[in-house]
Amino acid sequence: MSNLNTESRLEKILKAGHIGVTSECGPPRGSDAEEVKKKGALIKDYVDAVNVTDNQTAMTRMSSLAACIHLKLMGIEPVLQMVTRDRNRVALQSDILGAASFDIPNMLCLSGDHQSFGDCAQGQNVHDLDSMQLVQTVRYMRDEGKFLGGDDIKRPPKIFVGAAANPFADPFEIRVPRLAKKIACGAEFIQTQCIYNLDKFKEWVKRAADRGLTDKTFIMAGMTPMKSVGMAKYMKNRVPGMDVPDEIIKRLAGVPKDKQAQEGINICVEHIQELKEVKGVSGFHIMAIEWEQKVPEIVERAGLYPRPQV
Amino acid sequence: MIIAEKKPIEEIIDEVKDFNRILVLGCNECVTVCEAGGKKEVEVLASALRMYFITQGNEKKIDERTLERQCDHEYLEEIRADIDDYDAIVSLACGVGVQFAAEKYLTTPLIPGVNTVCLGANEDRGLWKERCQACGSCVLARTGGICPVSRCAKRVLNGPCGGSTNGKCEISKDVDCAWQLIVDRLKALGKMDDYEKVAPIKDWSTDRAGGPRTVTREDVKI
Repeated sequence: MSNLNTESRLEKILKAGHIGVTSECGPPRGSDAEEVKKKGALIKDYVDAVNVTDNQTAMTRMSSLAACIHLKLMGIEPVLQMVTRDRNRVALQSDILGAASFDIPNMLCLSGDHQSFGDCAQGQNVHDLDSMQLVQTVRYMRDEGKFLGGDDIKRPPKIFVGAAANPFADPFEIRVPRLAKKIACGAEFIQTQCIYNLDKFKEWVKRAADRGLTDKTFIMAGMTPMKSVGMAKYMKNRVPGMDVPDEIIKRLAGVPKDKQAQEGINICVEHIQELKEVKGVSGFHIMAIEWEQKVPEIVERAGLYPRPQV
Repeated sequence: MIIAEKKPIEEIIDEVKDFNRILVLGCNECVTVCEAGGKKEVEVLASALRMYFITQGNEKKIDERTLERQCDHEYLEEIRADIDDYDAIVSLACGVGVQFAAEKYLTTPLIPGVNTVCLGANEDRGLWKERCQACGSCVLARTGGICPVSRCAKRVLNGPCGGSTNGKCEISKDVDCAWQLIVDRLKALGKMDDYEKVAPIKDWSTDRAGGPRTVTREDVKI
């Protein structure tokens, strides 16, 4: 995996064998660019790239692409998240070119939460492509220099392409085959669902490594610090596809309320330190939801700072 | 078959309140089987409407009739002789039947008495579920005979998405994850290797996206 396909710093860092670090930034529910810039400034020097979510949980927000541009203009490398829920293949290809015109060098291809979770529950969904087909589309546009319709693209997009994986969703036996499929479609890096059940995650990585999959893609482990025992219980019981072991809840419940947030950070740091040693884990994707100010502490304490210069 | 469900009676009353001679017209096909628009439902609706308008001091002529099929010229012709006896028809057929009648009887208002829901099947007493969205290009050979287009809330062709939990869809614990069913079936068939075949980008031009669909068969034309 040594040849570089794009100008992406994330690609360079991962391919140089460093542990990559990404974080995420949710665009605001309004048009104030300062909110994006403020979040970006908090984490700028502590991560290699910043994912910008695309109307996550189907709540209408500032567009991911616009927020990516704001970050890019601040010197932060964005990872453009794009869901297949809201756009057909015309709009997806068009936005990919728009992103490439600002030299946004990374993309994460997702299907997106169902619109019934958001503020437009009565809206249509599109799903013209699925997330794997979107990965194929970006790779085709980049590598073949062509639109899906077959025409040549002038200045094809140079984008490092990622996909998501949830090692905990059901059915478990297809978790690794599903990863294999995403890699076969062209996913160059994988960002996982938030990991709290380390044993199950390690089992998934091991099975992936046994099939040689960790040599074909970079797996970035998803980390979200818990702010409170209430959040942990909510994640366990209410968020689809989330695996929160009882020990985590017990540990958070075992400290006074005003110390739970710090305990959540401690758990997150310990988990990163443990997973850093796991073969097949190439990096961490730290999703501190509306808690971006804690990312520097987590990165520093986990021994991932300073970030390598490439 | 086509699955329909009865519209709320308030909605029908609101649509017919200004007419005095009304025909409630049932259909003996799908809507009879799914108990939304057959002879029995015609009787119930017509009685309810009669009673309502009598209690309002506004008695109306409300007749009942059920045709063999409303999506067929031949059967729809059976009401031609009587059509001028009515100011409006409340059709309990699916959307196809309502439109066929509307096209045939240009000057008679047609009011749908049911909502056409889906192409589905009767799973249990009082329970009907979707099985097909008539996408016009069947993928069932590749998906273990379970349809991801109609049964996955995101119509994911390479599923499941990350929201599949305990065999259920992220939208509701009452909805099966189509991809869990597909995986279970592929396993039962001993064809799990097929799971890793990537489904290509679908041609949706045979779906709603391509405009109203038409089937032309030269071999059966007269």
